[in-house]
Amino acid sequence: MRSLYLALIALLFSLPAYALAPVQEVVSKDGIKAWLIEDHTNPIVALKFAFRGGSALDPVGKEGLARLASATMDEGSGDMDSQAFQAKLEDLSISLHFEAGMDSFGGSVTTLRENLKPATQMLRTALSTPRFDKEPVERISAQLLASLRQSEEDPNSVAARTLYKSIFGDHPYGRGSKGTIKGIQNITQQDLKNFAKTRLGKDNLVVGVSGDITSDELKNLLDDVFGPLPDKASPWKIAKAQPVFFKDLKVIDKPVPQSSILFAQKGIDRHDPDFYPAYVLNYILGGGGFSSRLTEEVREKRGLVYSVYSYLVNYDQANLWLAGAGTQNARVKETLDVIRHEWKKAATEGVSAQEVQDAKTYLTGSFALRFNSSDTIAAILVGMQKDKLPIDFLETRNKQVEAVSLEDVNRVAKSLLQPQNLSAIVVGQPEGL
Amino acid sequence: MRILIVLSLLLLPLKAQAAVFNPQSFTLDNGMQVVLIPNTRVPVVKHMVWYKVGSADEQAGKSGIAHFFEHLMFKGTDKLKPGDFSKIVAKNGGQDNAFTSYDYTAFFQTVAKDRLGLVMDMEANRMKHLILTKEVIEPERQVILEERRQRTENDPGAQLREQIDTSQYMNHPYRIPVIGWAHEIATLSLEDLTTFYDNWYRPNNAVLVVEGDITMAELRPLAEKYYGPIPRGPKLTRIRPTEPPAQADRRVIKKDERVRQASLQRTYLAPSYGYDQGDARAPYALQVLENILSSGATSRLYKSLVIDQKLAISAGFSYSPNRLDISEATFWASPRPGVSIDTIEQALLKEIHLLLEKGVAQDEIKRAQKSLVNDAVFARDHLGTGAQVLGSSLAINMTIDEVEDWPNKIKAVTKSDIDRAINEVFKDKYTVTGILLGENEKS
Repeated sequence: MRSLYLALIALLFSLPAYALAPVQEVVSKDGIKAWLIEDHTNPIVALKFAFRGGSALDPVGKEGLARLASATMDEGSGDMDSQAFQAKLEDLSISLHFEAGMDSFGGSVTTLRENLKPATQMLRTALSTPRFDKEPVERISAQLLASLRQSEEDPNSVAARTLYKSIFGDHPYGRGSKGTIKGIQNITQQDLKNFAKTRLGKDNLVVGVSGDITSDELKNLLDDVFGPLPDKASPWKIAKAQPVFFKDLKVIDKPVPQSSILFAQKGIDRHDPDFYPAYVLNYILGGGGFSSRLTEEVREKRGLVYSVYSYLVNYDQANLWLAGAGTQNARVKETLDVIRHEWKKAATEGVSAQEVQDAKTYLTGSFALRFNSSDTIAAILVGMQKDKLPIDFLETRNKQVEAVSLEDVNRVAKSLLQPQNLSAIVVGQPEGL
Repeated sequence: MRILIVLSLLLLPLKAQAAVFNPQSFTLDNGMQVVLIPNTRVPVVKHMVWYKVGSADEQAGKSGIAHFFEHLMFKGTDKLKPGDFSKIVAKNGGQDNAFTSYDYTAFFQTVAKDRLGLVMDMEANRMKHLILTKEVIEPERQVILEERRQRTENDPGAQLREQIDTSQYMNHPYRIPVIGWAHEIATLSLEDLTTFYDNWYRPNNAVLVVEGDITMAELRPLAEKYYGPIPRGPKLTRIRPTEPPAQADRRVIKKDERVRQASLQRTYLAPSYGYDQGDARAPYALQVLENILSSGATSRLYKSLVIDQKLAISAGFSYSPNRLDISEATFWASPRPGVSIDTIEQALLKEIHLLLEKGVAQDEIKRAQKSLVNDAVFARDHLGTGAQVLGSSLAINMTIDEVEDWPNKIKAVTKSDIDRAINEVFKDKYTVTGILLGENEKS
């Protein structure tokens, strides 16, 4: 019967028909662009946007500025104070949030269609006339500080922070994207106001929309929401990062029964011709859950971990390949050895034709699964623009995965995997290292 | 057979008015209920099988067996090698997983519509033909102990919650964590696990839920083909010990060097959908109350403790109606730096007393009802939410009509319903206070 299932797979190799409406580019009267997938199934509209430039631009000594701004921009604007603003959101079931990433400052509004107008107005005023009143800023700062303090005891957070500091050094990426206790404490109301005034320019903006809205309605909405913003953000530049990978193992002592393990090596640019071969390779090595080599070797065969994984990370100015695992302190050495061994094995022996085939059927077949709500569709449209992908990406993406050959994957495995230069951090109380 | 399908389609629109997910349903001859939730955005389906067995059904001394067994369902059958299940799903562009709770265990795959038959075939196969051996059990036991370390032992807050439940429930098995106690996980035997499988994994103890771009005319023959032939098992009863009245307040204090932010919670036993103590409106009244107390920056507890009094960095109230037996409701707050845990406790108690004295206001109720009813519209927008809601409700013996009637039941809640629930749950009750502190902090 097992062979019967396999026969079915061969027969059903064709892809599921792509059923969403095509992506439209909508340009407003004032020239603001958005990508839209109309979907009138539910009376819901989801709008997401991002301004290029994120927490990597936080001034030295004010680490956390973008994060604090993201957490306080929905705390009052125009003539509405924090309580008035939040009460209106709640009363109209509008969800409006901002978020700060390493390379961008973004936000989203999700609303019932019937409340689209007030939702638009609220986003407009939050972006163009945020108040940053003393009370909410002080309150939200206290929350961020509490979470930063607690994260100093969280082994996964400690591992990530230590790793970024080690490999990026003085580059802004070395500070991570969550801010620091000192940085947050140094931020003033004026800093937040300057942030809103200088960083949110139309020249840095990408917008993605999905749901119960037409392109004509969206055109007007774009001018309503983003019209008052300056044409250009203050000029900024983040230097290309030159991550330096270390060969020794760094151990950070924390009193936990399970150590957190994090590996890093160089990654690959999103626009590199070898990106998709690397993407397929990562799936085979550690990205593919129960289909991955790391899960098979580390979890299934040896019972060393509950989760082990690898993934490619793309920042605007750096690319990483990360892998992580968590195991009891007594078995850290064995876990490190098995992961390093798999890394080396993939680099020297490559992978099999069957593995590449299986990776491709997963990666192409599962693509449609991502489009599971208005929110996620809008987020995908923003992500595509942030990554500078073409508007027909949703139709061409699977072809690019299909085109990856075994030779491509093995060539990339040989050239990109760095078993000799795989940096590792362990946070916990590992034994026998 | 075709006639029956036509009939059920004709009947549907009649009861679909203020409904949430518009499901359709029938029951196979072997007792397995089948539910379809339409969602046509992309040609994808979420396929779930829910078993009416969870950690609270475990035999004494065998804690963790429901969850352990969930992991073992991914091992081999008479047709599949260990681990092949998930690999085949992935090769077909699908994703799969499973989870265990107190009252149910669920397995699911999200796949392109044309692969539904394939995953149904495999899911039906492992309901009956799983092959367990020592070789597959032992590494998985280690995996589960690592899962416990990761979720619980690495996190002092999670450790405290485990301890609170052992105090909250004196007799009912909700006192035991779903994942089980490590020392008992270590001793579960092949025989224990096989017996558990034989007892509970039966079609008459399972609910099939499929959400996605599919019609009943398409789903029904597939369900009959794959699940229909599995023989019905014996009738199952879930025997659960019940709670005696508490006779003393309990305080559970955890001091840990890993804690950098103190917190306090006060928990009460509360009615649930499955255990409403004769007041069927109470679970809905408590959901409205939860929204009033704890949804966002303008809700009562946040406004009072965080904004106005500036004592807490966060505060709230949580309640879950989705239990077969008596549930819990929890007030919680985390003090700002410099505010003692005693101060925060007094402030929280004052809020509870205020609630008992004055109840909630009519406009608070209206506002909460509107917000909750709107949530149902958003719930429809996400593929998978309907399957989750229907499955978790049917697994605790609710009916589809009850689930679909949720917005109406929320809208029907009155001030006196809420007052009654408040008194029933919080008035003169001995209860549990859990406190999380840094190593050198004063309790």
